[in-house]
Amino acid sequence: MLVFIIRRLMQAVVVMVVMSALVFGGIYLVGNPVTMLISDQASEAERLAVIRDLGLDQPVWQQYLTFVGKAVVGEFGKSFRAGEPAMQLIFQHMPATIELALVAMLLAVLVGVPLGMYAGLRPDSLRARGIMTVSILGFSLPTFWVGLMLIMLFAVALPEWIPGWPRLPSSGRGPTVDILGLKLSIFTAQGWLHLLLPAATLALAKGALIIRLTRAATREVLPMDYVKFARAKGLSERRIVGVHVLKNIAIPIATVTGLELGQVIAFAVVTETIFSWPGMGKLLIDSILLLDRPVVVAYLVVIVFFLVMLNLVVDILYSVLDPRVRLEAQGR
Amino acid sequence: MSDAASPTLELADLKTHFFTRDGVVRSVDGVDLQVGAGEVLGLVGESGSGKSVTGFSILGLIDPPGRIVGGQVLYRGEDLVQASSARLRALRGRNIAMVFQDPMMTLNPVLRVDTQMIEAIRAHEAVDDATARRRAVAALTQVGIPSPEARLRSYPHQFSGGMRQRVAIAIALLNKPDLIIADEPTTALDVTIQGQILFEMRKLCQETGTALIWITHDLAVVAGLADRIAVMYAGRVVEHGATAEILERPRHPYTHGLIGSVPTRGHRGQALFQIPGMAPSPLRLPQGCAFQPRCTRAVAACAAMPDLQEIAPAHQARCWNPVP
Repeated sequence: MLVFIIRRLMQAVVVMVVMSALVFGGIYLVGNPVTMLISDQASEAERLAVIRDLGLDQPVWQQYLTFVGKAVVGEFGKSFRAGEPAMQLIFQHMPATIELALVAMLLAVLVGVPLGMYAGLRPDSLRARGIMTVSILGFSLPTFWVGLMLIMLFAVALPEWIPGWPRLPSSGRGPTVDILGLKLSIFTAQGWLHLLLPAATLALAKGALIIRLTRAATREVLPMDYVKFARAKGLSERRIVGVHVLKNIAIPIATVTGLELGQVIAFAVVTETIFSWPGMGKLLIDSILLLDRPVVVAYLVVIVFFLVMLNLVVDILYSVLDPRVRLEAQGR
Repeated sequence: MSDAASPTLELADLKTHFFTRDGVVRSVDGVDLQVGAGEVLGLVGESGSGKSVTGFSILGLIDPPGRIVGGQVLYRGEDLVQASSARLRALRGRNIAMVFQDPMMTLNPVLRVDTQMIEAIRAHEAVDDATARRRAVAALTQVGIPSPEARLRSYPHQFSGGMRQRVAIAIALLNKPDLIIADEPTTALDVTIQGQILFEMRKLCQETGTALIWITHDLAVVAGLADRIAVMYAGRVVEHGATAEILERPRHPYTHGLIGSVPTRGHRGQALFQIPGMAPSPLRLPQGCAFQPRCTRAVAACAAMPDLQEIAPAHQARCWNPVP
């Protein structure tokens, strides 16, 4: 297992080196930061001084090495806008995003797996067809539209039509509590209310995907001999579905859930923008708009590292769920 | 031998049909069989003859679009076709156990062997974990698995095919059933393992008085195992009788052909006998006797389905013009 983890970490390093070259090329070479940073009225001498200061007079490969050297120790420069180190900004915004993503995925799994299993067990029932129709809507509807509709319904229309209907907050994350230096919303009631709409927006699409995946996996497992054998042993339907089927479909569900969680954390940009959720996605959009390049680079590096780590966790989880994978890992 | 007065299991005119999009498949179309305590019945037929469906019908394990459409499955006089699903669940694994064909697919790959054995006991009896575990060890010992305590903690993929089938048989034996239905359990195994398992199953039935229905396409397998043989073709029993009688004096042309197609030492260098033609499509069975288009002895009467009739003492065949 240790060898397996070490090998994966080495793969992660390779991915990050390749990625950093791409990001570097994309961000620093495609556009010239000098035109951004120096006013048009600056003299030629001032221009050259700034270019030398930024190291832009050096050849590309040397610039890249300097960039990598600094990146290794977490130095991605300071945000043009805030004047703070880029990394610090990102870590300040990270808890909000991770919190939102975790709640959304939890919601998606808790709703998606039971509904998907139901649809897989009774594929011809009216309810199963209903579930599948809704799931198609769930992942076909664009996130921004769903978010806006939820805001309209729960923050505007319903509270107005029905007196006493609670108005759900549609912007920001509400009061936060400091836990181990992280600002979290999930420990206050107001924080939960603020989480509801953005989490529901994200969970709808992800939940729909999990419903379809669970249904397909259930339909695949049910005709297996070991399910029939479990019936022949006289097991109750509850045990067959809850243990024999669930344990087998957990493998693909865990894989997809892990990868989707990474997607939500990395690219919750749209949802965070709609709900003014002060997470990393919002930070990224603001930074791109203001051409705050150090923040963009730092963000992408962090996200790639994060996704690689998440993949590692999924792989480890996979071997926990599937004993056959475990043996192969030991054998090597 | 069978106690005709109270057989453990009796099938009376059992009919299991599959309602597919292309039409109705009469997989089992009027099967009468019985098996008594300590007796081994060999149910022989080629693929699609309905022998496995017969086995699954007994336990009510027919999946849609299949359905038992007629007849009775009498277990100690109780008709299981009419039984509630709760009653069937209570009987499955406790009174009637089943062993499947492919040992690689029978055990759940993500559950340890002890989990799969203990749940089979506790589905039927409120016993504590330690007692259930002891019984699991005893069952594994019975089927000849070395160091059973250690093997209990293994996953199925850590066993070979033969060992997995032994585990499956051990699971079938756990609750000491009166009837075991074995659906080609040795087909996927190599010949030496097959021999061992046949020997042990035979011994177990004799010792415990368990009735055994052994489903197979291989006459050689049942020759040394079964007390009686029933040969199935296109959803019906076409010949039935004591093993020696069937093997030495087959009367139905199909059985005759089957036995003739088994290679023996005396035939070295000669072409094996082949039954001409192919098994008919289950959707379009011929009128009358289903074997008639392939039969070398067909006569005009074969246009009507013959009954299974006594052709010699304790020997029935479904044929108008049996082999003399």
